[in-house]
Amino acid sequence: MSWTQKILRVNLTEGTCTAEALNMQWANDYLGQRGLASKYLTEEVDPKCDPLSPDNKMIMATGPLTGTMASTGGRYSVITKGPLTGAIACSNSGGFLGAEFKNAGWDMLIFEGKSPEPVYLWIENDKTELRSATDLWGKSAWETDDILHQVHQDPQVRIACVGRTAEAGCLYSGVINDKHRAAGRSGVGTVMASKNLKAVAVRGTLGVGNINDMPKFVEAINAGKAVLAENAVTGQGLPTYGTQVLMNVINGVGALPARNMKNAGFEGAENISGEAMHEPRASDGKPNLTTNASCFGCTIACGRISTIDKTHFSIENKPEYWGASGGLEYEAAWALGADTGVDDLDAITYVNFLCNEDGFDPITFGCTVAAAMEMFEDGVLTTENTGGIELKFGSAEAFVAAAEALCSGEGFGQDLALGSKRLCDKYGRPELSMTVKGQEFPAYDPRGIQGIGLNYATSNRGACHVRGYTVASEILGIPVKTEQTDTDGKPELVKAFQDATALVDSAGLCLFTTFAWGMDNIAPQIDGACEGDWSVERCLEVGERIWNIERQFNNDAGFTSNDDKLPKRLLEEAIKGGPTDGQVNRLGDMLPKYYEIRGWTDKGEITDETKQRLSL
Amino acid sequence: MKMYIELYASLMPLLPPGKERFRREIKVDDGTTVQQLIEQYQITDEQAHIVLVNGHFVCSIDDRNHKILETDDTVSIWPPVAGG
Repeated sequence: MSWTQKILRVNLTEGTCTAEALNMQWANDYLGQRGLASKYLTEEVDPKCDPLSPDNKMIMATGPLTGTMASTGGRYSVITKGPLTGAIACSNSGGFLGAEFKNAGWDMLIFEGKSPEPVYLWIENDKTELRSATDLWGKSAWETDDILHQVHQDPQVRIACVGRTAEAGCLYSGVINDKHRAAGRSGVGTVMASKNLKAVAVRGTLGVGNINDMPKFVEAINAGKAVLAENAVTGQGLPTYGTQVLMNVINGVGALPARNMKNAGFEGAENISGEAMHEPRASDGKPNLTTNASCFGCTIACGRISTIDKTHFSIENKPEYWGASGGLEYEAAWALGADTGVDDLDAITYVNFLCNEDGFDPITFGCTVAAAMEMFEDGVLTTENTGGIELKFGSAEAFVAAAEALCSGEGFGQDLALGSKRLCDKYGRPELSMTVKGQEFPAYDPRGIQGIGLNYATSNRGACHVRGYTVASEILGIPVKTEQTDTDGKPELVKAFQDATALVDSAGLCLFTTFAWGMDNIAPQIDGACEGDWSVERCLEVGERIWNIERQFNNDAGFTSNDDKLPKRLLEEAIKGGPTDGQVNRLGDMLPKYYEIRGWTDKGEITDETKQRLSL
Repeated sequence: MKMYIELYASLMPLLPPGKERFRREIKVDDGTTVQQLIEQYQITDEQAHIVLVNGHFVCSIDDRNHKILETDDTVSIWPPVAGG
């Protein structure tokens, strides 16, 4: 059993830290991380609670493979009720923090209540204590990380924290760990800040040794590593170009949304692509991409470390941004670039740095600015609203100014902190918010890729690509190619991807392994690590159970089938030109079948029969 | 016959000299198929993972053998890639 079987309950109201035994029945039913924490959340939190009230809880959870020798086994997740959506939120992050939690002997941390004063949690193996963070409040995530490393005088201490935007109530703030990795979506960092919890600092030296069957485990993880190394995507493509290699692909197939999803296809895509990140720039002959990087135990190393041109307007007088830092991933580059019409690689890299420094989600931020740009061009917003920013599509200067306004927490930054749904509601143009359940879309136009539209509509945390990444099949041909504009078979495809992803997210592994691994590669690794028989079939059943418990939380929170929908623009305004000319998303052709194969009613409610089958 | 070829990611070094990032105007014989073009550029079947003609997929070897290129067509090719 690679669970430590220990959880730490932190009551912030009382200022107490209490060790508890992990509920092993739940661990066997929900595995770990996303699944197991979702079970705890549904048992302990009223789905109707205010996400930013002390009644909400926030759980940081590892999986059974976190901290082991399994490739990519460094993941952890933050699970809570999300303030951006009001739905269950689970944001997953890499880096080194998750493995450190496990090495300190903890499967999971549950934070409840609200501290009367800013605090941070210090964990050194079994020693746990809340310490004052009054002097950290008001600091960025990077400053907080630096200060806590100075305080604890140990470079091996791993830190998760929130930046200034979370403190100011920005509804899409994330939890930043290891400075450049983020549990980024749905506002999980906003919940953390609402509890006056600034940071968690952890040092673990106990090791992760309780593998159930070590020879079987080692055989399985070595086989898995060989598959990753030999696969062209995980062995070559991702380390070299990162996820950003997709920019030209998705643009090429007519599915790259641009300018608040007004159309598909962005003429500046190649300027902000993974290939462009390799090109030497005129000023110093160096490329944007400095090197790739990996998280704990990862044998893929897709991470980007970048520098910005020192002569670029965004940083020419800011030497603190002249060094190498976390660079662009595809989703961020799309939201910050194509969706705002900005094709200035340095400008969007700078804003990406700000996202890490002050802890906010680049997808929601980019899309919120894009919606604001459309309102500005329509005359709904003026420079009086924007604090003087000429917020036009394609203006890198305006875009950078908007990001700095958000970080300041003042003026127009307060509007941008709302996210696009509340912003568009405020100014009377709700139809311009490109969201599902209040969360902004990632970088694939559901008019040009039908299945991902169904996944967006039914994703339990609002619009999200990594809940069921059917793009792998519909565009990239992994594991098999399906036709992007067909709806036939897509409900089944979406369900299969959603359930498998829920399992991977609960194991402690990175989803990117699934570009090379199938469940027949993953199940043996879990089976070697954990007690019990973890067959492929059991893994898929656990994934389906997790998907349904999340759905039940949302239904109990008040969500219905009326929330499984896409914005009118994507259903009625056809793509103009390019290979997907004339396409809209045909959600209505897919959703009834999806409900049927999920074992839900036509209202999207889980039937008693399905609950019984999945032991919910 | 004039047409365009686009090679991306690790296939970029196979492009002939030119100014644009990924795209070259080339001349091919009338009747050239997609598969023949791929072979002319010494791209293996494994490397030619995503092949588009004017933005539309041409997936199987059989389809690539039968798809005859026309004037001003654009053929775009990627090796196996993924992200997200």
